[in-house]
Amino acid sequence: MPSARPSLSPGVTPRHSRILGVGGYRPRRVVPNSEVIEAIDSSDEWIQERSGIKSRRWASEDETIIAMSAAAARDAMAMAGITPDQLGTVLVATVTWMYNTPAAAPVLAAELGATNAAAFDISAACAGYCHGIAIASDLVKGGTSDYVLVVGVERLSDFTDPTDRGTAFIFGDGAGAAIVGPSETPGIGPTVWGADGTRWDAIQQREPWTEVVSAGKEKPAIVMQGQAVFRWAVWSMAPVAQQAIDAAGITIGDLDAFIPHQANMRIIDSMIKTLKLPEGIPVARDIAETANTSAASIPLATERMLREGQAPHGGLALQIGFGAGLSYAAQVVVLP
Amino acid sequence: MAQSEQEILAGLADIVNEETGLDTDSVQLDKAFTEDLDIDSLSMMTIVVNAEDKFGVKIPDDEVKNLVTVGDAVKFIGANQS
Repeated sequence: MPSARPSLSPGVTPRHSRILGVGGYRPRRVVPNSEVIEAIDSSDEWIQERSGIKSRRWASEDETIIAMSAAAARDAMAMAGITPDQLGTVLVATVTWMYNTPAAAPVLAAELGATNAAAFDISAACAGYCHGIAIASDLVKGGTSDYVLVVGVERLSDFTDPTDRGTAFIFGDGAGAAIVGPSETPGIGPTVWGADGTRWDAIQQREPWTEVVSAGKEKPAIVMQGQAVFRWAVWSMAPVAQQAIDAAGITIGDLDAFIPHQANMRIIDSMIKTLKLPEGIPVARDIAETANTSAASIPLATERMLREGQAPHGGLALQIGFGAGLSYAAQVVVLP
Repeated sequence: MAQSEQEILAGLADIVNEETGLDTDSVQLDKAFTEDLDIDSLSMMTIVVNAEDKFGVKIPDDEVKNLVTVGDAVKFIGANQS
């Protein structure tokens, strides 16, 4: 007879989670459409008609992935009322950190003084932030961490081909952050997520790094099949958004804000129509002045809606990220 | 049941009208979506998805680029309706 093994400690009693604070960093340099049209033989009107984008921010040399992330994270921590030493995990969602290793998250944790935190990156492109919120929520609920920092950050200008008519005007730079912590009531609904790797080339880095090096190219670029992505984003993602609403146990009319990934204003408008979002529910439209900042777009838009009073503190927001992979994640959250 | 060319054209004209506001009479078989009707690639995709629903056909992403004129779309829909 083997002796009885000791049972493991359950850690903490299962608990709820919520977003306690958000923050954002927008690079100083505003780049209007007039600066990008020449290289793609286009016009301000053409860009606005196809994307709703009027301007974007491009990061300067000193506005690094870490610097932008740290600024956004400090604002989120201030709103949440916590200090860096309380962070149990630091998650960074990005596809534009230039090191394959180490990840950006440990460097960010060091920059912030988050000496007690585990730190790793998430590579889920434009869906990265919502993946981060899903992981952070489960880390808190399971007792692995009390407080988790989730950052979505991109310097997409480093990965943009200024002569590609499909993407040159689309991308922008910036960072958004959220603090997820324990809650007495549910503050983050179940996540509906997935991926379709059979369509890996719908949005992709055009050349693998090996080719960039062997061909002596300066940098790679992210390219996409615009029409195909539009169809997928609207007609495949609206049902995912509805599933997240259902999973949260609410109805669409209960929402106080809809915060989709800021991919393209036309996608947002068509998604609203397909989703049958009731009129009067505020919709994030940060893309007009920020463009598509991939993983950073949802937290940046959230921060803006709260700051400008478009969405109420404590309100219910549906957020959905979707992009390269093709990866997606959606959840209903209580706004901080 | 497969529809006649005229029925498909009329249905397609309604879809184009709803997406773009163009008069249904302007949607003729010889008109090119981009060149003549000034329909951009994203509106074209919306028209394609609505046409799939209305006519019960599948129009793959790769096929959309071949639908240059209204006539191309009518022909494709007619040939692929079950």
